Amino acid sequence: MSTNKDIAILGVGMHPWGKWGKNFVEYGVKAARDALADSGVNWRDIQFVSGAATMRNGYPGYVAGATFAQALGWQGAQVNTSYAACASGSQALAAARSKILSGECEVALVIGADTTPKGFLKPAPGERPDDPDWVRFRLGITNPTYFALYARRRMEIYGDTQDDFALVKLKNAEHGALNPYARYRKKFTVEDVRASAMVADPLRLMDICATSDGAAALIVSSLDYAKRIGKASAPRIAAISTVTPSFASAVIEMPDLATDSAVACEPQRFRAALPRKAYEEAGIGPEDISLAEVYDLSTALELDWIEDLQLCARGDGAKLVRAGVTKLGGRLPVNTSGGLACFGEAVPAQALAQVCELAWQLRGEAGERQVTNAKVGITANQGLFGHGSSVIVKR
Amino acid sequence: MSTPVLEGWFTLGDKPQLLGSRCSVCGTYYFPKLQGYCRNPDCSSERFEEVPLSRSGKLWSFTSASYQPPEPYIASAPFQPFGIAAVELLKEKMVVLGQLATGTELASLKAGLDMELVLEPLDDGKLTWKWKQVRA
Ligand SMILES: [Zn+2]
Repeated sequence: MSTNKDIAILGVGMHPWGKWGKNFVEYGVKAARDALADSGVNWRDIQFVSGAATMRNGYPGYVAGATFAQALGWQGAQVNTSYAACASGSQALAAARSKILSGECEVALVIGADTTPKGFLKPAPGERPDDPDWVRFRLGITNPTYFALYARRRMEIYGDTQDDFALVKLKNAEHGALNPYARYRKKFTVEDVRASAMVADPLRLMDICATSDGAAALIVSSLDYAKRIGKASAPRIAAISTVTPSFASAVIEMPDLATDSAVACEPQRFRAALPRKAYEEAGIGPEDISLAEVYDLSTALELDWIEDLQLCARGDGAKLVRAGVTKLGGRLPVNTSGGLACFGEAVPAQALAQVCELAWQLRGEAGERQVTNAKVGITANQGLFGHGSSVIVKR
Repeated sequence: MSTPVLEGWFTLGDKPQLLGSRCSVCGTYYFPKLQGYCRNPDCSSERFEEVPLSRSGKLWSFTSASYQPPEPYIASAPFQPFGIAAVELLKEKMVVLGQLATGTELASLKAGLDMELVLEPLDDGKLTWKWKQVRA
């Protein structure tokens, strides 16, 4: 028996991100049909549909796999639905990989789509002091508070500046301008960022990502199946890390009011643990990486991720962006898709969208965004409730 | 004195303290208070004692709420922006969030500064804990 745990990405598809005001199923079907066409696999041949879900307090948010299978036309495939906040897509991908590697199926559709609700994200009503999410909003602590605390910490410890964060925005905007699936495709200047409203010091409106509608889909298969249909050279998934945090988590996490206490256990960083497991699983190191897609919920957070991915020493993230290393044409492009800065977050689709970008890049089909000779790409994201993921794709 | 925004989360008086839990076996602290099972993966304790947490610590990071937060935050009209601090409690080896106290300005802050816990009303008059810069 082969010890190779890779699976092939036969096809990818996306629905453009935006605020389209339609049902999420419609976006998902478009992405799935594009991925099917890209793969050359007939829908009737798909044996497993793995859907990424989001929490929307009721039908149909909870139902993903079956909803998409029905919308594409019931054909008897097995289904699965995964919920893991921002990592839902990776969790759905991991479910498909397990089925494929165990021999239960050969080819699967992995899909995530979202229609985001209007207005600010806020907790359900009622007086609920036992719910940490309710408590922190009661005290005026919002999501940008956490991003801003991380950003300010960088400024205090590493000497990053607000202009460094603006450079991340400029870079991602330049990348996104070249991506037809991005929602925001306008380029900016440092002055534009400086002039945008302060939300949570040191972060301005243009430093923080929006929420969007969108959908992404992958057709994945065993290597044997890929070979049989003439796609032996398709990009491969070499690792999917979906580890949880380790106690004591030393970085304050949304929606908590306090970190774990590190009195009895060593302090740990969750974000750094995610790619560590992926590298280990793939037998690939940070030195092998050609490009990365990371979860830039804020501009400053992209710099944290670059360090968590071990693409530079801790504290050196800003130096990379200043030197143009992480820009298209640089040594190590980050967020060539434009990242969340240009997409806005569509939770159950986002982790799959990251993989779509890597697949296009490794196939040499990223058009004007193409990274020369891209061989290995890595994704990283983190969301609520101890969920996160990191996926490695290689040629 | 006005009503606390959260009952049993902190002591009242001149030298207020947050009320947390400490595991009776491994010594891990929790805020807010924890009941049930210790979260240390190597500890099977179900026994906790309520303990007041250190009322001073080192500033870990800080920010502002420049936009009005959504409900259940109750804002005065017009909205008054406020500061937020993350403070590291050295004995407990944990970081705790809170609003910045009146008179502690963002512009004067640096990571590592000494901060202390005070009680002040929120915009709606309910009493909460806030972090205040300790003046030398
Ligand atoms: Zn314990």
